[in-house]
Amino acid sequence: MKRLTLDGLEALFAALRGQGFELIGPQLRDAALVLGPLEHAAELPVGWTDTAQDGGRYRLARRPDRAHFGYVVGPQSWKRYLFPPEEVLFRARRSGEGFALDPAEPPPRRAFIGVRACDLAAIQVQDRIFVHDPGYQARRAAAFIVAVNCTEAGGTCFCVSQDTGPQARGGFDLALTELCTDARHAFVAEAGSAAGAALLDALPGEAADAADLAAARDAIAHAAAHMGRRLDNAGLAEALRARLEHPHWQQVAERCLSCGNCTMVCPTCFCANVEDRASLDGDSAERVRSWDSCFNLEHSYIVGGNVRSSGAARYRQWLTHKLAHWHDQFGVSGCTGCGRCITWCPVGIDITAEAAALRAG
Amino acid sequence: MNTRSARNAQAPRRPRLAVWKFASCDGCQLSLLDCEDELLAVAEAVELAYFPEATSTVLPGPYDISLVEGSITTPHDRERIQQVRRQSKRLVTIGACATSGGIQALRNGRDVTEFARIVYARPEYIDTLATSTPIAAHVRVDHELRGCPIDKGQLLATLAALLHGRRPPLPSHSVCEACKRAGHVCVMVAHGTPCLGPVTQTGCGALCPGCARGCYGCFGPKETPNTAALSAHLAALGMDDAARRRLYQTFNAGAEAFRKAGDA
Repeated sequence: MKRLTLDGLEALFAALRGQGFELIGPQLRDAALVLGPLEHAAELPVGWTDTAQDGGRYRLARRPDRAHFGYVVGPQSWKRYLFPPEEVLFRARRSGEGFALDPAEPPPRRAFIGVRACDLAAIQVQDRIFVHDPGYQARRAAAFIVAVNCTEAGGTCFCVSQDTGPQARGGFDLALTELCTDARHAFVAEAGSAAGAALLDALPGEAADAADLAAARDAIAHAAAHMGRRLDNAGLAEALRARLEHPHWQQVAERCLSCGNCTMVCPTCFCANVEDRASLDGDSAERVRSWDSCFNLEHSYIVGGNVRSSGAARYRQWLTHKLAHWHDQFGVSGCTGCGRCITWCPVGIDITAEAAALRAG
Repeated sequence: MNTRSARNAQAPRRPRLAVWKFASCDGCQLSLLDCEDELLAVAEAVELAYFPEATSTVLPGPYDISLVEGSITTPHDRERIQQVRRQSKRLVTIGACATSGGIQALRNGRDVTEFARIVYARPEYIDTLATSTPIAAHVRVDHELRGCPIDKGQLLATLAALLHGRRPPLPSHSVCEACKRAGHVCVMVAHGTPCLGPVTQTGCGALCPGCARGCYGCFGPKETPNTAALSAHLAALGMDDAARRRLYQTFNAGAEAFRKAGDA
């Protein structure tokens, strides 16, 4: 464990750039904290916070300090870099009587800056889903992960319920805990891989002392104690399976827009559509995979019609898959407690409230 | 270029494309001319057999693909669309006028004679129907391109798909999904701006939310639109009934889901 100053954080950014990584991190755009390329620590949303999240509501606010990571998660997750919204699987060109495939491009080497514990867990969930996906695996192998432990919780956060956070517990190269008080501004840094350890060794900074570690522990405990939402997982999968005909599904459907926002912002949702596109002259074609949603009618289209034509059936599919059947399919829950589906649902449908209502009924 | 020309020379004939105009502003058919970079490829892939905006050449039907713009608002056009259908192997309607009746469908259910009397010095010259209706209300339509105007990318993708015997990729889900794929920030959740994206069909590339404006529904209702739930939320954002009616009832006022949501 090492204690980095602000200069140390900047040195970390410079070292990653020096190793050829494109840095991706949170930044302020259109009154939200989104992910995008950045080069310097000062480009982070310094002094901003987004913790006042609620169902269908997201507003930024100024912090009283200059914290660099004093917020939780925005609308985007790292999914868009590992499982991009649109991906060309291959390009083909007509050549003579046959066709030739364009060679695949090497994956970009990216450093993800500020990955929260919930999103770290989500990456590990998608690692299981895309275990046989060469594109995903290549992007994943080329990624360097700088995790950030949360020291505050958002209004729709429930990582404690999902046992995924607020502290990063593996799956990172480096993990930082920001200590931002009147007395000091520092980052307690921990290596989680050989690459992370080598990088940390080369950074300026002193070994973290007992006071640093205690302060970091306290800050993370503060986040854990202030979760905005809670989900009781004990027996939940069984309870949901036993309530597939519950009238509450229809009650949710009356509010649900079936717009698909929850599935787009979910860091574990992985459904995709594959489409072939050809040029007008038919000389070139590409196969494109793009994010799909179980809220779309066509998603459940089979010979004879749509299996899930009602909104109730589609919401039930999403929620039961996420909280019950995901366990059977991948051995983990499909929910990491990031809260995005609650915040970014235009009408604020709350997975924790719906699960509780179903269980109670 | 040479191989392509050689192949075209061997081909028996290029598919014939016709572009028809009914009650409309011409903006959608101009989307075809607006293809600029791809225009030569279009001209090589099809024979422009009837397209008065582009050429005075008129080749006789039948036509392999007909693009139909505009709505049916006169007795004469009601007859003409039947002839267009008879001459067309594939009929694709383009734009909000052709697919839902357009902004001129605002007259539906109101007193058109009175409108004509107020607007025109000699209303007796006006020969018009009481309603503006989409093409599909009169003839069988193979595919619909929504929007005011249509999206050029969707037009090209549809032509390419039809030329190669495939179903055009025209998804009917929400604008929101395109918005999220593009990485736009939700204007409703983050800014409190009213937006019809959750009930509107995708295809525009989420243009308006990408400019931090609410979607005004020019692509018309998506599949299974839950306008009641959205309207309740719009009211919570402070929108009154009159503003809600104006929001839903513009370019797709004739689309049933938006008409009802505006009247509710």
